[in-house]
Amino acid sequence: MSIITISFILLSLMAIGSGVMMIASKSPVNSILWLIVVFFAISGHYILLNAQFLAIVNLIVYAGAIMVLFLFVVMLMNLNAESEPPKNYRLQAIGIIAGGCLLLVLLSALMMVKQQQPVMLAGGNAGLIKTLGKVLFTDYVLPFEISSVLFLSAMVGAVVLGKKTKLIENEN
Amino acid sequence: MDIKAYIALSLTLFIIGIIGVLTRRNAIIVFMCVELMLNAVNLLMVAFSNMHQASGAAKALPTFASDAQIFVFFIMIVAAAEVSVGLAIIVMLYRNTHNIDVSFLNRLKN
Repeated sequence: MSIITISFILLSLMAIGSGVMMIASKSPVNSILWLIVVFFAISGHYILLNAQFLAIVNLIVYAGAIMVLFLFVVMLMNLNAESEPPKNYRLQAIGIIAGGCLLLVLLSALMMVKQQQPVMLAGGNAGLIKTLGKVLFTDYVLPFEISSVLFLSAMVGAVVLGKKTKLIENEN
Repeated sequence: MDIKAYIALSLTLFIIGIIGVLTRRNAIIVFMCVELMLNAVNLLMVAFSNMHQASGAAKALPTFASDAQIFVFFIMIVAAAEVSVGLAIIVMLYRNTHNIDVSFLNRLKN
């Protein structure tokens, strides 16, 4: 077994185990921390696939920015107390069985495929920052600029939604 | 490494997200499961980009593999914008109901 196979298996186990822990843990802060572990594992997969730019962007944007936003919201609202009401175990079991059946069907369909198609590991220059920067600023410069408008609208939307509503003002 | 290993990994992560959405009732955890599903799809897209590079077709269309990774980059951009608006909605929900249980949201009125 080569070192690449071993690291693939380790990173996959890390991602799947942390994902299961994420949906199993009681408090939201623990869930967020487990999800950060999942994102680190996925960044490791990106490095393994030689997609260096996406690995760094994934770390900065997801593990760095988005999860800190989640942590802020959880801590500012003081939700860490276990506020979930007593659960409906029947509905939970139904959800797990439904998801498990979907996984079983899709994986067995995948196993029926006989064709082998290798993935190039640690090779190729499609994921390098140089290549992606050239493509991003020549072919995709218009979507790149439009995404700044998207961010502006998201910012305005977050501010408008976050403002105190009239209902709350009356209560105060 | 075969592409099937990556498809299996992405499927498993995606279905962990689906099970989380179906079973948990805390709105923040449901939202995080949606993020996990997005990431599973991103991982599969990068794996397919490398598969395309490994097959001989990359010689004819050299920028195709990079295009897939740019696509993943734009998905991340949209996800970041989506998270900011979604968390603002959750904060507003908490202010109005003092609860973030999604089962309270089964009516559109009140």
